[in-house]
Amino acid sequence: MKADALNPASSLAELGTLGVLVAVARRDLLLALRRKSEVMTVLFFFVIVVSLFPLGIGPEMGLLRTIAPGVLWVAALLAAMLSLNRLFAADYADGTLEQMVLSPAPLGLLVIGKILAHWLVTGLPLVLIAPVLGLQYDLDGRALGVLILSLLIGTPLLSLIGAIGAALTLGVRGGGVLLSLLTLPLYIPALIFGAGAVEADISGLGAAGHLSLLAALLALSCFFAPWATTAGLRIALE
Amino acid sequence: MLKAIDLACVRGDRRLFANLGFNLEPGGRLHVTGENGSGKTSLLRILCGLSPPEAGEIHWQGEPIRTLGDEYRKAVLYLGHHNAIKEELTALENLRTTAALAGIAVENEEGTDVLARVGLAGREDLPVRFLSQGQKRRVALSRLLWSPAPLWILDEPFVALDTAAVSWLAEIVGAHLTRGGMAVLTSHQEVSIASGIEQFLRIAP
Amino acid sequence: MNNKIIHWFKFGSPQSFYPLAGKMIPWFWALAAIFCAAGLWVGFFVAPTDATQGEAYRIIFIHVPASWMSMFLYIVMACWAGIGLSLNTRLSSMMASAIAPTGAMFAFLSLWTGALWGKPMWGTWWVWDARLTSELILLFLYLGFMALQAAIDEPRRADKAGAILALVGVVNVPIIYFSVKWWNTLHQGASISMSKAPSMAITMLWGMLIMALAFWMYSIAVALQRARAIMLERERHTDWVKYAVE
Repeated sequence: MKADALNPASSLAELGTLGVLVAVARRDLLLALRRKSEVMTVLFFFVIVVSLFPLGIGPEMGLLRTIAPGVLWVAALLAAMLSLNRLFAADYADGTLEQMVLSPAPLGLLVIGKILAHWLVTGLPLVLIAPVLGLQYDLDGRALGVLILSLLIGTPLLSLIGAIGAALTLGVRGGGVLLSLLTLPLYIPALIFGAGAVEADISGLGAAGHLSLLAALLALSCFFAPWATTAGLRIALE
Repeated sequence: MLKAIDLACVRGDRRLFANLGFNLEPGGRLHVTGENGSGKTSLLRILCGLSPPEAGEIHWQGEPIRTLGDEYRKAVLYLGHHNAIKEELTALENLRTTAALAGIAVENEEGTDVLARVGLAGREDLPVRFLSQGQKRRVALSRLLWSPAPLWILDEPFVALDTAAVSWLAEIVGAHLTRGGMAVLTSHQEVSIASGIEQFLRIAP
Repeated sequence: MNNKIIHWFKFGSPQSFYPLAGKMIPWFWALAAIFCAAGLWVGFFVAPTDATQGEAYRIIFIHVPASWMSMFLYIVMACWAGIGLSLNTRLSSMMASAIAPTGAMFAFLSLWTGALWGKPMWGTWWVWDARLTSELILLFLYLGFMALQAAIDEPRRADKAGAILALVGVVNVPIIYFSVKWWNTLHQGASISMSKAPSMAITMLWGMLIMALAFWMYSIAVALQRARAIMLERERHTDWVKYAVE
């Protein structure tokens, strides 16, 4: 090994703030790609839970059609929540989270990058597989379309809100269950508007109202959730 | 340029230290000593801005670090007990990501070159989990070669290094100090660093 | 303990607040008892029998003030927690932690009295109306706050994490209430609603207000007592605690 007295800063370019966000997201996506099993388990959980309900309630199609929006949304909610533990825990354990907090880039931006990657890996697959499961419940084409749209808007919302709980419970005893207790009440408006959108479409009332309220919640949490999450992360690292 | 004023630290029910102060100028090196659990790591983390002190202030170039925020973080490089590398990524990917987090773009060739200087030539495309402890530590230390930060805060940097690596690191730190950088470090081992004005800070109960 | 000078910020430290709180507590208990007696008297003897619901409606004099208190206390708790977080004062955070169990109790009381009201009125122990459902969710928010603080060993971290959670909760409570109301009107129509109290005679309103005041005085008394216990536990290594406990 050679010691080098070169000035290290001489030839290196600076990365813009957006570049940092992309770098964090890319890193997390790369990690998820190399640990595919974690991604798949969330997806399988979603599928299994949705399949449990007809087994518990009975295969009568009329009934299943009625409960479909609620069941699919609750299952998506639970699957999203299961994956939240992994959002910060690994980085916390190996010290990379500490480096993120010490980074000159705004922590909120890094958090958004992580949440984005998390959603792409855990939320988006749910959106894509939900219509297939909706067929098990005999939902028609239009309802399936509304379901996809509601989950497309809703799953990022679930990731954003869940990140707050994940940050607050980092390294805390009873982490997983405690995280559920904290996060599920906050998920309720998303559930109401998301499942409600599909129901409204089925009953002919039109899903526009629900979907716009859901979108409004998403916009709101894009601002507030990163703030609360970064505060929680700094507290966890003190 | 780095000034600590009346720092106090409390962990749980214990007061680790109080009225701790020092002044660190460019080219200066602060060697923090003390027994295990005396608060060395806590002090370093307070200096980084990770933990708020129970009392006292830290000034960087005359301004409190609380108000400086990102500007201070730009000037600090912290290496703690953790290597802060991801096991599934290769050494090169780790280096480039760590740099990106600090706002620096490192290209593949530059990264490979740095890793070669650290002694990992030919191993830069291996997932880090296949490297030995010492090699992983060297991946973590590669930060010192590309970072422009003037203040280095190093917690036990010589751990897991063989004798050749120890002297290599000592030279790197020495070169940094010669360039006008500053370093705060803790170490159980006796290490001689050629240049820089040395100060010692002993934390005793 | 030798503070003869009443300086407001002096009471920001647990050491000075402890004796002050001790002096205040009996007064609040007394006020609570007086208001409670007055409120119950109004509720049971002065307010007229309701035309549609008979005598059983009188549980409203506990149910509604308990609901008000549970929501009010959550906001107060969030305020104290927020002050503790931003100003880094330990005492404010201790107050927030002291209030939480009482708030949770009122939420639970509201649910329980709601059930007791529902059974004779509409034949079911539970009804998914907007208010009861929101109250249930509020109880979950309280329990989450308490569980988070209980799970974190380091007291300052527990304070700050709880504060973030309480602030997030306080922003979410109106959102949750609105969404639950939306959900309720779309599904059930307005057939059964506990929010619709019987058309209010003025005396009924007075009764509820007086009971609310009684609950408020009780909450302050209990919160102060709990805060004192928290202070003793957290500061047990300091000299003033050793002196105070003797």
